Amino acid sequence: MSTGFLEGWLAGTITASTPIFYAALGETVVEKAGLINLGVEGTMLIGASSSFAVASLTGSPVAGLAVGMTAGALFNLLLAPLVLWRRANQLACGLALMFFGAGLSAFYGQGFVGAQVNGFDVVPIPFLQDIPFFGTILFQQDVLVYFMVPAAVAVWWLLARTRWGLHLRAVGEDRMVAFAAGSRPSLLRIQALVIGGLLAGVGGAHLSLAIAHSWTEGLTAGRGFIAVALVIFASWSPLRVLPGALLFGGALALQIQMQARGASVSPFLLDMLPYVMTLAVLVLLRKSSRGRMPEGLKEVFESPKGA
Amino acid sequence: MKTNALRVVLALALTILPAWGLSAQTKVTVGVLHLGSVKDAGYNQASHDAVLVLKKALPEVTVLEAENVPESADAERVIEQMINKGATIIFAHSFGYQDPVLNVAKKYPNVTFLHAGGYKDAPNFGTYWGNNFEGMYLAGIAAGAASKTGKLGFIIGFPIPNILASVNAFELGAKTVNPKVTTTLTIDNSFNDSVKEAASVNALADAGVDAIACFVDSPITVVKTAEAKGIKSVGIWSASLKNFAPKGWLTGIAFNWGDVYVQEVKDVVAKTWKPSHIVGGIESPIVTLADYGPSVTEATKALIAKAKADIVSGKLAVFTGPLKDNTGKEALAAGKTGGADLLNITNWLVEGVVGQVK
Repeated sequence: MSTGFLEGWLAGTITASTPIFYAALGETVVEKAGLINLGVEGTMLIGASSSFAVASLTGSPVAGLAVGMTAGALFNLLLAPLVLWRRANQLACGLALMFFGAGLSAFYGQGFVGAQVNGFDVVPIPFLQDIPFFGTILFQQDVLVYFMVPAAVAVWWLLARTRWGLHLRAVGEDRMVAFAAGSRPSLLRIQALVIGGLLAGVGGAHLSLAIAHSWTEGLTAGRGFIAVALVIFASWSPLRVLPGALLFGGALALQIQMQARGASVSPFLLDMLPYVMTLAVLVLLRKSSRGRMPEGLKEVFESPKGA
Repeated sequence: MKTNALRVVLALALTILPAWGLSAQTKVTVGVLHLGSVKDAGYNQASHDAVLVLKKALPEVTVLEAENVPESADAERVIEQMINKGATIIFAHSFGYQDPVLNVAKKYPNVTFLHAGGYKDAPNFGTYWGNNFEGMYLAGIAAGAASKTGKLGFIIGFPIPNILASVNAFELGAKTVNPKVTTTLTIDNSFNDSVKEAASVNALADAGVDAIACFVDSPITVVKTAEAKGIKSVGIWSASLKNFAPKGWLTGIAFNWGDVYVQEVKDVVAKTWKPSHIVGGIESPIVTLADYGPSVTEATKALIAKAKADIVSGKLAVFTGPLKDNTGKEALAAGKTGGADLLNITNWLVEGVVGQVK
């Protein structure tokens, strides 16, 4: 049952990219609405621990996923009163949310450390899984992996092809103009936060129910921040989130795969790869992607326009 | 992290408040600090199990436990709170607590502090530790005998000397039953990144490894993922880990701190306690092999029993020269033997281990 290096690496890449993909897809919607949530890490942790808890209590990973998504959405909603009505600094609020999520998930996840759970196991797709090389990589995965492409397309369609998406993007560009044109900026932004939370919840659930099959404090280990960087890398396009996630997942998986294959490269150097890549990507893409950044988002980083 | 402090306070409140009312009738109060959750079937559970042994052996003792205590000044605050609640004996069960404990120990000369794995000295500070390399040697025999591919895997958090000695011992044990066996090492750069641990098991299994050992805080993920992949596993810390891999479980290195905790408390109460560095290996009750899994044959069990007897009697040294490291350099000269003396200086991997530590 041993497989080649490339096959193993690519299969590992897909697994590693799934949680950051869902989280980044959700954050794309949030940022398209002109908000930024740096607390994705915390939202993922809430999703990971609550989905694990419910899956271990009910025996159903689907019930776990549903609760993890709901918890993620509710958790993201904590941002709404702060940044929509109180106009608090979004960056500070996001970081506070991250720490809060880390603490809260650890606190109520405590009782479920070491619990047995039925997670999302690998579901091979008949016939397709027998295709040489690609079968192992693409068609011997868990269900959340199979839903990546449909999810990306669905979010793209919502944003680009529906009236709701048009309003949302308008709010993200200039909420005052959108308001004058009849949109309801606060409502749309709340909806964006809910979608962002639902998807970050999926990402968290994938970590605890599909990859680790266990819950430990701080399970995300920085993947939420990679997801935020990924949104910029994908220049706010839901369709580009997928290749971007695969690239970062590839870097995460490479370190382990090289060691498992006995490659003579320092494991410490390899461990830095995903983060060096994040830095490189942010530096390289900053100028070119600036044009695609929702106008409203620039407000967060620059001097605020009047309320 | 700040959030840890909050949880510590909450956890303390929950454990201490109910004990408050009792403190008048009891003579001795013991405080125990855990680094993580005591249900991790790993490092922390092994210490919690010892608390249960202590409570059973000395029912008159009150025990205050705090989980998720960071290895920082937070630990000092937790210890001081325990002392304020009447604790006169503190067990700080993680290496990183050493300096915080010594800081508090200076302030409270009448309190006795016991620390897991420390090496420093103070009049009211003693340490206890168990060497697992001999156990890993024996587990290596089980893994070497069970492997069909001749490829073993070992997942570790950090490449520190004590752990590298265990990896070497594991490979040497396996070699006694299969001279060609290799052990591929993966370093996760974390003792508790379950996601990386799962990815490591999958990658090793994909590379042909069919039996795996680990040195991480909570081995649940490693053992469960190995079971799902259909490969064998060797556990560490808590014997209860076996339940996570009913098919693939080979054995594990179990740490039984219960006797140590009971003896230390008895000595302190009898006022015969003196600071010391207690270290036990496979010859002591501190380190034992966990129950075997279904695939370990009687012949292998006999080999392990003989090796254990030889190690205990001193006939067999786990590290016997000549040994080369995995770059071909001589690591231990012919005629030389090594054991616990190598635990703090091992910075090399023995021939047959695939990996690098720099």
